[in-house]
Amino acid sequence: MTRPGKVRWALIIAALALLEGACRLGFVSRQTIIAPTAMAAGAWQALGSAEMRGHILITLASVAQSIGLAIVVGFAVGAALYRLPRLRRTLDPFLASYYAVPAFVFYPVFIVLFGLNRWPLVAIGFVFAVTAVIINTLDGLSRVPRGVRRTAAVMKLTPLQHIFFIMLPAAAPWLFTGAKFAVVYSFIGVIAGEFVLSGAGLGHAIAFAYNSFDNATMYGLMLLLFLIVGGINMQLWIWEQRLYARRGGY
Amino acid sequence: MNTSSVQLCLRGVTRVFPAVEQQKPLHALGPLDLDLRRGEFFSVVGPSGCGKSTLLDLIAGLARPTAGTITFEGRPVAGEVPDGIGVVFQEDASFPWLSVYDNAAFALRRAGMAEKDIRERVDPTLAVVGLQSFAGAYPAQLSGGMRQRLCIARTLVTRPRLLLLDEPFGALDQQTRLLMGDELLDLWRLTDATVFLITHSLDEAALLSDRIGVMSARPGVFIDLVDTAWPRERDSRIVSDPAFGRVTGRLWEMLRGQSLKALAGG
Repeated sequence: MTRPGKVRWALIIAALALLEGACRLGFVSRQTIIAPTAMAAGAWQALGSAEMRGHILITLASVAQSIGLAIVVGFAVGAALYRLPRLRRTLDPFLASYYAVPAFVFYPVFIVLFGLNRWPLVAIGFVFAVTAVIINTLDGLSRVPRGVRRTAAVMKLTPLQHIFFIMLPAAAPWLFTGAKFAVVYSFIGVIAGEFVLSGAGLGHAIAFAYNSFDNATMYGLMLLLFLIVGGINMQLWIWEQRLYARRGGY
Repeated sequence: MNTSSVQLCLRGVTRVFPAVEQQKPLHALGPLDLDLRRGEFFSVVGPSGCGKSTLLDLIAGLARPTAGTITFEGRPVAGEVPDGIGVVFQEDASFPWLSVYDNAAFALRRAGMAEKDIRERVDPTLAVVGLQSFAGAYPAQLSGGMRQRLCIARTLVTRPRLLLLDEPFGALDQQTRLLMGDELLDLWRLTDATVFLITHSLDEAALLSDRIGVMSARPGVFIDLVDTAWPRERDSRIVSDPAFGRVTGRLWEMLRGQSLKALAGG
């Protein structure tokens, strides 16, 4: 393990030990926060419950659908806008101001469109994530060096070869960043949606435990959520580091 | 000139960029005539913005002339890169996601060549440009000069009969440029390809070329064709020859006024 890695782990362990001590010695009220070991026990208990496993799986399924849709639609729209610069200039102000729009206001519309099921939540996650993918796809394709594009023209590639062998690999770091944002925003959209608008899923289970003053379950589920999202992001970060290391930061 | 020795022929080639957003059309180049002999090393020098790179794009088939004709080995060049022409650009155009070997093999793979045949072409070419021991490395691990050599290797494996070079050493320091020039001369002799080099450097043009086309300020036309009369076997030590000074002196004499004109014109 590298020195920064050791320092990172030491900081995490020290923070957990400090919180554990503060909770055990009564410096922090148990009504406010519980000890990390109690959180871990709550997480373990939740994993043993079929009902909680169901909530977790339903959330992961919705997030996966949202990520998949955001990546496919985001890449396609980003690539189309790259090829249609006039349309891009027209839509640029909308893309730039997109996150000023509170996406949750569309929830009633999504219910009308998709019915009372999981799709409105998938749609919330999707609308959160898709713009980040579009923007990063546009950015990546626009940054493909002119020399690379001209070289491809000299090689007389077919349009499909040009896309798959030149543009996509050349823009890969930006496309990867777009995919990373899709993961993060989809989790935010779906979990937040479940928290206030759903009868199932991890967000709903956390909110239910909170309203029932069941701190062990609430913090246990929050820990599980943290581990799931943190684990996925850590894996993406490792892939990204490998990608960048080979390309020398480009 | 014997017509069978003419590989590339330009007649009345003109390029006018159409008006964009209330600006006037831009007459960038021509009318321009040129006969490029098979196997010669021809360089083009001219003031900034005179249309040198535009001329290269037209010859490569990456753009169409507004007027005039270009023929390569008797066939018209019109909007598509003809077989037998290879291009190396000024910008680093190595593919950062591929190893040196895969970069060099890229065009051959896309053309559907068998892997064994590709290796037979790529290995010796990488050896010629001094990159054989870096075959597994990625462009990010190479210096600027090595990356440009990689781009040249990637073009050479396609065995071009006409090699178009758009200031390939523009980003390198003077000493490296001289050494790269020597390597380029070696490659030229080895491959027997015709070389058409665009450069800003009068020294580079004088050192490398059999003939040098001097272009005017925009719209660029040839105002002089300088025959250097160097022997085919030559290298960068030629810079100490008094004749080298005379060639660069003549180039600058022709270019100085044009460069001032280009500078005044913005």
